[in-house]
Amino acid sequence: MVHQYKLNGYNIVLDVFSGAVHAVDEVAFDAIAMFETHTPTEIKAALLKKYGDRPDVTEADLDEMLSDIAELVSDGKLFTEDVYENKAFDFKNRHTELKALCLHVAHTCNLNCEYCFAAQGKYHGERALMSFETGKRALDFLVEHSGKRKNLEVDFFGGEPLMNFAVIKQLVAYARSIEKEKGKNFRFTLTTNGVLLDDEVTEFANRECHNVVLSLDGRKEVHDRLRKTVNGQGSYDVIVPKFQEFVKKRGDKGYYVRGTFTKNNIDFTNDIFHMADLGFTELSMEPVVCAPDAPYALSEADLPVLYEQYEILAKDMLCRKKEGHPITFYHYMLDLTGGPCIYKRISGCGSGTEYLAVTPWGDLYPCHQFVGDEKYKMGNIYDGITNIDLQQEFKCCNAYARPECKDCWAKLYCSGGCAANAYHATGSITGVYKYGCELFKKRIECAVMMQVAESLEAENE
Amino acid sequence: MKRIQTVKTRDLKESAKTGGCGECQTSCQSACKTSCGVANQQCEKCMEQK
Repeated sequence: MVHQYKLNGYNIVLDVFSGAVHAVDEVAFDAIAMFETHTPTEIKAALLKKYGDRPDVTEADLDEMLSDIAELVSDGKLFTEDVYENKAFDFKNRHTELKALCLHVAHTCNLNCEYCFAAQGKYHGERALMSFETGKRALDFLVEHSGKRKNLEVDFFGGEPLMNFAVIKQLVAYARSIEKEKGKNFRFTLTTNGVLLDDEVTEFANRECHNVVLSLDGRKEVHDRLRKTVNGQGSYDVIVPKFQEFVKKRGDKGYYVRGTFTKNNIDFTNDIFHMADLGFTELSMEPVVCAPDAPYALSEADLPVLYEQYEILAKDMLCRKKEGHPITFYHYMLDLTGGPCIYKRISGCGSGTEYLAVTPWGDLYPCHQFVGDEKYKMGNIYDGITNIDLQQEFKCCNAYARPECKDCWAKLYCSGGCAANAYHATGSITGVYKYGCELFKKRIECAVMMQVAESLEAENE
Repeated sequence: MKRIQTVKTRDLKESAKTGGCGECQTSCQSACKTSCGVANQQCEKCMEQK
């Protein structure tokens, strides 16, 4: 399967099953589009009719081009067959050691954001803080179920995790005390709204956290509209100086300033550019996940604008890089030579298998987006996974689990998509959240275009 | 090739031979939190080699 598209002056051909990417001229673009359904004679006739007045398009030249295309086919870089679907991997029996936990250390929050999928941190339940004992047991559970995997990821999440900072510190100290003996390497991530960010947290996070996610929606009016304090005041002025100070001290360690865009700011690139103006360079901006009748919900009608926004962003990022002050956008991070292997691309995000969320009480859920939904409770950190059927369901939820994805070129980029998005949109984790698919495909097209642009530029230098 | 330039990529079929170590990051955990961005992940082995 190939996917062909034109963007920012480039004609791009993706070969889905090999992962190959080709930048072609318009003649080759048309030839590739006809290659599987027409004879060489038919292709040449059509191309001569269309481009015959160009001196560089002769029959001999077209013969050479068709032979180049045939060479790519025989080299496994074009029209590659899907060799994974039938023989590939036995997903039911694949080893799925646990390697990551989302620790919900605080089911409470000091902000009252209208769109919060965690219902202002409470996940539709009681307010609660995780105790050290529960967190410690969760870390032990992770180590016990991680098999030979060395790198273990633990995310401090909420609500607002810094409302339980004392326990976070204790848990990190405990993890560090056992990692050598257990042969593990803990990587901690802290996701915070910034309200409680101070010198102590900064020093701690910069020493211990592999990554920090800082929640900011962009422009002041956009941020303050939905991210409010419990008294109904906007939080922008409180957090932005703290984030700036934090990032200044972060050095080259990982962080993301992460925003959510909604119907209120479909021109979200302006929020990303605002983040850049504030001095942040590692950026992530996500479409809101909410009920379709929410006043800020995105709709089908917004799609053309959102596509345009993603294109504006990609082009702008190329310019910024050329000018020597690049920014990173999470969804445009694409390492074509060092990206995920085919196993990862097929098996997906690992929710419910390699990745679990732990509530303040020690209950286990497939991921943070399922927490609070009783149907998706998988077990607890004391008794382990008790809902085996549910685990099996997640084990088999992969790039080949959805008939709708069969002919989709993007399935080895999204692995079939987010199980939580699918569930919330369709009632099934193996459903398809079509709206998310459309945005995802656009983002990948943009990300690949950026790689093509940079690659061709490097070659031509 | 005159009309076709191939960008350097990781061959997915080849990655079936060496991949599957499971050391890479679980997907959305450390960044977006609300979508599956497997393609955006790095291969841990490839990073080590770099």
